[in-house]
Amino acid sequence: MEPLSSHENDSQVRLSKPPLPLLSPDELPAPIPWLGHAPGPVASLDERTLAKAMGLSAAASPVASAVPAGAPSAQSSTAAVLPTAARPVKPKKLDPSRPGSGIPARRSIRVLVWVRRGSQIAFFALFLYFLFQTTFRGSFSAKAGDVVRLPWPVEGFLLADPFVTAMTLLSTHTVYRGLLWSLGTLALTLVFGRVFCGWICPFGTLHHFVAWLFPSRVGRGASRVEANKTHVYQRAKYYLLYAFLLAAVVGSAIGGLFDPICIVVRAIGLSVIPAAQYVAGHGLALASESNTRALQTTGDTVQDFLAAQVWQSKQFYFHQTWFIGFLFVAILFMNRFIPRFWCRVLCPLGAFLGVFSRFALFGMEKDHAKCTDCNLCLVHCQGADSPQGGVKHRQDECHMCLNCEAACPEDVIKFRFLPNRRSTVTKPDTGRRTALAAAGAGLVAIPTARIADSLHANYHPRAIRPPGSVEESEFLERCIRCAECMKVCPNNALHPAFFEAGVEGLWTPILIPRIGYCEHSCVLCGQVCPTGAIQKITEKEKMGLGQKPITIGTAFYDQGRCLPWSMSTPCIVCEEFCPTSPKAIWVEEADVPKRDAMPGADGKEPAMLTVHVQRPHVDPSLCIGCGACEKVCPVQDQPAVYVTSVGETRSKTNVILLEGENYNRT
Amino acid sequence: MSDSLSRREWITRVGTTGLVLGGSALIARAAWDQGGLGIALKQGERQVRDFRLLREEPLEAAEIAIAKTGSDPASLTRAAVEALGGMKRFISQGDVVVIKPNIGWDRMPIQAANTNPDVVSTVVELVYNAGAKNVIVTDASCNDPNRCFQRSGIWRAAYSKGAEVILPGEHRFRTMRLKGEVLDEWPVYLPLVHADKVINVPVAKHHNLAKYTGAMKNWYGLLGGRRNRLHQNIDTSVADLATFMRPTLTIIDATRVLVRNGPQGGNVDDTKMVNQVIASIDQVAADAYGCTLIGQKRENIAYLAMAQARGLGTTHWERLRRREV
Repeated sequence: MEPLSSHENDSQVRLSKPPLPLLSPDELPAPIPWLGHAPGPVASLDERTLAKAMGLSAAASPVASAVPAGAPSAQSSTAAVLPTAARPVKPKKLDPSRPGSGIPARRSIRVLVWVRRGSQIAFFALFLYFLFQTTFRGSFSAKAGDVVRLPWPVEGFLLADPFVTAMTLLSTHTVYRGLLWSLGTLALTLVFGRVFCGWICPFGTLHHFVAWLFPSRVGRGASRVEANKTHVYQRAKYYLLYAFLLAAVVGSAIGGLFDPICIVVRAIGLSVIPAAQYVAGHGLALASESNTRALQTTGDTVQDFLAAQVWQSKQFYFHQTWFIGFLFVAILFMNRFIPRFWCRVLCPLGAFLGVFSRFALFGMEKDHAKCTDCNLCLVHCQGADSPQGGVKHRQDECHMCLNCEAACPEDVIKFRFLPNRRSTVTKPDTGRRTALAAAGAGLVAIPTARIADSLHANYHPRAIRPPGSVEESEFLERCIRCAECMKVCPNNALHPAFFEAGVEGLWTPILIPRIGYCEHSCVLCGQVCPTGAIQKITEKEKMGLGQKPITIGTAFYDQGRCLPWSMSTPCIVCEEFCPTSPKAIWVEEADVPKRDAMPGADGKEPAMLTVHVQRPHVDPSLCIGCGACEKVCPVQDQPAVYVTSVGETRSKTNVILLEGENYNRT
Repeated sequence: MSDSLSRREWITRVGTTGLVLGGSALIARAAWDQGGLGIALKQGERQVRDFRLLREEPLEAAEIAIAKTGSDPASLTRAAVEALGGMKRFISQGDVVVIKPNIGWDRMPIQAANTNPDVVSTVVELVYNAGAKNVIVTDASCNDPNRCFQRSGIWRAAYSKGAEVILPGEHRFRTMRLKGEVLDEWPVYLPLVHADKVINVPVAKHHNLAKYTGAMKNWYGLLGGRRNRLHQNIDTSVADLATFMRPTLTIIDATRVLVRNGPQGGNVDDTKMVNQVIASIDQVAADAYGCTLIGQKRENIAYLAMAQARGLGTTHWERLRRREV
C-alpha cells in the first residue's frame, strides 16, 4: 500500500532535480550493498564513498534511489585515482560492525548523543525534584518569625516556557515577572533549533522513554521506518498553536490545557503522586500493622521518608482527577501507534519552537549523493523530520537529538552551524487556509464560551478562587491550569475545576473547603503561580494586619442542619477553627428546649428538657471565606456551614455588603 | 480400549480437579466469617495508658508547684520543676520520654496559642539532664503541622536541645479502644503512647466552648480521625481522654495566656502576661489552678468536676502539698 503523502505538495519537498547527473548503467553499484546477494565488500560503492570521505571530488556518485536494481558493479575512475592521492588526509577508520560503508559518526556527535541522554535524564530528575519540593516542609532550623516560602524556584520549568509567555503576553500585554526567563529557551531555539524538545522537556523525555520501553507493532523494521517518516498529522500542532494564540488575543490562556509542562505538573502532581502515595500507604500499612517489631519500624521509617521527601504526611485527594490521570495514560499509550505522539502531533509548545527554529543558526546538511536508503536515520528519528536522503529535512520538526547523524553509516548527514539550506525546509508545512480557519476557531471559541452564563451573568457560587487571585476575566487571561497552586497547597484545598468555572475554566483552581481549607497565614499558591493569576501577596496583605484582609468568599449557615440551631446539641467547632481575630463567627447563648428521647412513665409524653447551646452566626464583614468552618463541621456529608464566593476581594460585582461598609477597624 | 483414558491421565485430571477444589475450600474456610460477626469479634478490653509514678513517694514531696517569680519562661519552668522535687524524681536512667506540648495552631509564640518554645526546650533539657535516653517532642496539630511546628518555634527550640521532633503523619495513628463514656474506638497517635514516661506541657488558654483549656484538653492531640464530633460533648470527651492518658508529670505554661478568641487567638491584644508555670503530678489540680489565671472559676469547667468524680485527681489544688516559688 502506498503510504500517505507526507506533504501537501510533494514538489516543494522533492529535490527539484537530482543533485548529480545520472550515470550510465555500467557505472552504477549494487543498490544496497549490505543487503546484496553476495557477501563481502562492494568495490565500486566503497571506493566512491571512501574517496568522498577523503575529500576527493568523486566524478560522480549515484543517487541511490534512482538506481535500478541489479546493475553489476564496474571499476570507476576513482579507483584509479585513489592510490595516487598523496593527500595528508587520512581515510577514516571504517568500523566493520557498522552497516553499510561503516563510516563512523564524528566523535563530537557520538559524544553529543550521550550528552543529550544525560541532559534528558538530568532535566527530568530536576523536574521531579521540583515537583516533590512543591509543598511546604517546615524546618527545624527556621525561627518562629521566619516567613514561610519555598526554597526552590519550583515553577522554573514553566517560567522557561515561551508558549506560556506568548499566550499571557497576547492576553495581558505584559510579561509577568519570572516569565522573562523563557527568553532563554527562545534564544536556545534561535541558535540550536528545538533542543528544548529533544534535550530538556520532561514530557518529551517521558515520551522518548515510553516509546522506547513499549514499542508497538510499528516499533520494528520497515513499519518503524514508515512510522518515523514525516506525516500529515504533524501539522495538527501548528493549527492548535494558532488557535490557542488567537484565543489568548481574545482573553483566555486556555492553551495551558495543552502545554506539555502544564500537563506533566498537573498529571504527575495531581494524579500519579497521590496515587503512588495511596498504593504505598496501603502497602506499608500492612508492614506497620504487623506484629513484628522490625517490620513495623521499617514500614514507619519508609513512610516517614516518603512523607518528608516525596509527598506529604497525609493523603491528598483531588477533585475529578481520574480524568487527568486517564488522559495522561491515554496520551502515553498513543506512543504505540505514533511514536512520540504528543511531541509530533499535538504539542503547541513544540509548534511554537518549530515556528522559531526556522531562524536557527545550527542545522543539518545532507549529502544526498551518498545516501544508500538504508533508513537507519529514520529508525532512530525522534521528530519525524525526514532526515533520510532524497527528501528535504524538516527543520521545524527536528528535535535535535542527533540520532540520525550518529546512526548514518554513509556520512550523509552533518549537523553544523550555518548549514546550506539546499535540502532543508525551515517553515512549518501548513496549509494557509487551514491555519486561518484554526486561528479563527480560537478567536470565536472564547466569546462563545463566555456568552454561556458562567462568567459575567451567573457566576458559580462554588468557584472560589485562591487568595490573591486577580479579577475573574483577568484570571482567565493568566491562568494556564498548570496546577502548581494545587500541588503546593498545604491543606489540599485547591482543586482542578471541572465545569464549575464554565467550560473555559476547565482545570483552573477552585477551593473545595470540604476537602481542605485555606490556611490563614499561607501565601504559597501565589508564590508558585508563574503567570500572576494568583498574585504574590504577603502574609500581611492576606491576613490584613493594619489593612483590609483578602477575602475569597463568605460563610453561610444551613440552620436546618446545624446542631445548636436545630438539634439542641452543643457544637461550635466552626467557631473554634475560625482564624480571624476577632472571630468572624460569633455565638448567641441560648437555652433551648429538647425533648427527652424516652417517653415518660405510664406512657406520658416525653419530658421536655432545657439545654444550653451556643448558636453560631457569621459576621460577613469579618469573614474571609477561608472555609475552615466548612472543613471541620461535624455534619459529615453536607456541612451545616459552607462557603460561597460572594464577597471576594477581587470582584467588584460578586459582593453582598454595601461598598465602603467595611468594619475592619484595625 | 484405545479411546479410553490411560490410568495416568485419569489420576492427573481427577487429582488436579480435587486439588483446586480442596485449595478453594481451605482458603474459604480459613477466611470464613461465620455469622458475619467479624467486627464484633474485635471487641477488646479498655486500654489505659498510665505513665504515673507507681513507687511510694516520700510524704513531704510536693504534689503541685507554682513558679511565679520573674518573667523568663525558662527559669520559671526550672523553678517549678525544682520545687516539685527535680526532674530526677520522675525520670529514670535510660528512659524514653515523650513531651507533649500544644502545637495545635499555626501561630507564633507571641500569640500564645501554642506552648511557649522556651518552656518546651527547658523541659527537654531537664529531662536529658535527669538521664533520659531519648526525648521525643510531638503533637497532632489542627492546622498544617509543618507550619505549626515551625512557626510555634517549638521545632527549632526542641531540636536545639537534642530532642527528636516527630511531625504527625497519617501512618502514625492506630485505632485503639478507649472505651470511654463517649470515646470508644478512636485512632490514637502512637508516638505519644510508645514511651516510658510522658510529660504533658500544655498552655493555659481561653476556649469558647470549654471555657478554659490546659492539661486535660491537651490530650485532644492524641487523637486522629474527625475530632470535630467530640465537641458535642466536649466535657465528657475531655474527661474520657484524661482517663485514658495518665501522664507522669504535667507542666502548664501560663507565661502568656490567651484570654479571649481562643483557642487560636491571632492577635497579641487577646493575650495577657501572667508569668507563671505550674508543675504537678495531678493534671486535674493543675487545670483547676490554671483556669483561675484566665479569669475562670473551677466550678464553671464541667470536665474538672467529672474528672474529680472519676477519681482522676482533685479540683481542690489548695489541699495538695503545694510549693509556690
